[in-house]
Amino acid sequence: MANIAHEMKAIYVISYRELRKFIREKSRIMGTMARPILWLFVVGGGMSRLVRPVGGINYIQFIFPGMIGMTILFASIFSAISIVWDREFGFLKEILVAPISRFSVVVGKAMAGTSISMLQVLILLIFVPVLGIKINALQFLLLLISSGMLAFSLTCFGILVASRMSSYEGFNIIMNFLVMPMFFLSGAMYPVKLMPPVLREIAYANPLTYGVDGLKNILLAGASGTTMGPEYPAIVDFAVVAGFLAVTAVLSNLSFRRAA
Amino acid sequence: MSNITVNSLVRKFGPVTAVDGISFNVEPGEVFGFLGPNGAGKSTTISILCTLLAPTSGTASVGGFDCVRDADAVRRSIGIIFQDPTLDNGLTAYENLLFHAYLYGLDRTKAKKRIDDALSLVGLDGRKNELVRKFSGGMKRRLEIARGILNYPKVLFMDEPTIGLDPQTRNLIWEFIAELKKNTGITVFMTTHYLEEAEFCDRIAIIDLGRIIVSGTPGELKAGLQGDTLKLSAADPKGLEAEIREKFGMEPKVTDGGITLTVKQGDEILPALIRGLSTKIIAVSMTSPTLNDVFLSLTGKNIREEGSDPYGPMRSYARKNHGGH
Repeated sequence: MANIAHEMKAIYVISYRELRKFIREKSRIMGTMARPILWLFVVGGGMSRLVRPVGGINYIQFIFPGMIGMTILFASIFSAISIVWDREFGFLKEILVAPISRFSVVVGKAMAGTSISMLQVLILLIFVPVLGIKINALQFLLLLISSGMLAFSLTCFGILVASRMSSYEGFNIIMNFLVMPMFFLSGAMYPVKLMPPVLREIAYANPLTYGVDGLKNILLAGASGTTMGPEYPAIVDFAVVAGFLAVTAVLSNLSFRRAA
Repeated sequence: MSNITVNSLVRKFGPVTAVDGISFNVEPGEVFGFLGPNGAGKSTTISILCTLLAPTSGTASVGGFDCVRDADAVRRSIGIIFQDPTLDNGLTAYENLLFHAYLYGLDRTKAKKRIDDALSLVGLDGRKNELVRKFSGGMKRRLEIARGILNYPKVLFMDEPTIGLDPQTRNLIWEFIAELKKNTGITVFMTTHYLEEAEFCDRIAIIDLGRIIVSGTPGELKAGLQGDTLKLSAADPKGLEAEIREKFGMEPKVTDGGITLTVKQGDEILPALIRGLSTKIIAVSMTSPTLNDVFLSLTGKNIREEGSDPYGPMRSYARKNHGGH
């Protein structure tokens, strides 16, 4: 039992470290929050003059779930990539020689990415009333659960990628060939069913599509059945994200164990 | 029982054999030094002993635990100071140590007490809540030592603990090690390619190309050499040589402007020579053998003094310019 308490302590301190650093660097918080706010009000504000409201939903409201998804995506992948930084700056060795299991290291990192993501999601949710979206306590709770699951799975996905990266030179490749396409092809900016066929197929294979759609099911429930509304039943979104979480949780552990 | 036991240890990286069948023991309370040039296999050996690397063949145990089968028990019994800094620059000194304490399963109260003790041992108690980013190289090293002893390890590993530090900080670090050894009876295993540092060790092993060439106390190793070198300058080297040969029965070598002589007890023979010789001597000098001489006589080459890791400068550049993570 003492051993489990020890592993829990390790998981706690590994995630605490990242959260502590995130909160300490005010510029980092500002920087990460600037992105969704720019998208929301600059892109969304401009586009809402081109796109007519459908089902009582205007374009800014439409992209809001996508902005939460984007925030989670960036925060999670960034947090996971810190493994590469840790390796480059030697700190990973300090973790690897400690008497804790590799499993706890991965869980600690995944919890770090999840909590940093959730912190940013909470900040974004301040805009819910500003945007004229109404949610009740249950919806708020569901929003936190869906965001948490998505954040955890995307951080595990990031760990899977980061374990295979030997240096941070690969970082731009990851950003341009993985993170950005995942974002654009997730239905965050435009409905998946309106995409050209090839892109639509890719979007169907993108787990973030279901994460974002799940958020739409909570935030844009009123527009169900219209082009602006959610595209799949909530249960499908939940099942796909849960499946993605299970797969990435296992694979990130295997991959980190091999790399470490 | 020995604290470190290594038997016919081999580690290959593809076609390269980094460690080529080494065996040695380190007794409790000993400061044991691994001396050798870069690429000799020192860091590979440390990595195996710290359970970061599996051996290709042979066995290694630390604190009585096998480094492969009982890796977790080994990890609990050791502290490590790596060659390159492994601190988080974005955390304070205290946070770095707290992180370590939790990884080693200490509870909060115990951790706080030990952190304060460790910080005051290395003289960083006033800097507890400062970000490590603002620390100098020497301060970082001291903090790493504080961290290394936080879990009260049986064996402390130090891979090139003083590399890149100024002489003053180097001495300071040696004082810490001496104090630590006196107060806790800790076993220290260190690697170095600074010859003068190897002299601080109780025992050293000289390693080159993955093999231990010789091991023993620094005194024993030096005693294995011919002895001290005496140089006598004279206006008439030939005459001096003849006189020494005749009066003392020794075989000096004639060099430019004098002679050189290798003798066992230079400090006793030199005064006797000067008293007994009638040839006019202009200057005398005596050099005792250094570990470099030992190394030179065994391997036929000098230990390179600097230029450790070819990526070192690049990494420290990156570290400086990107700060934290």
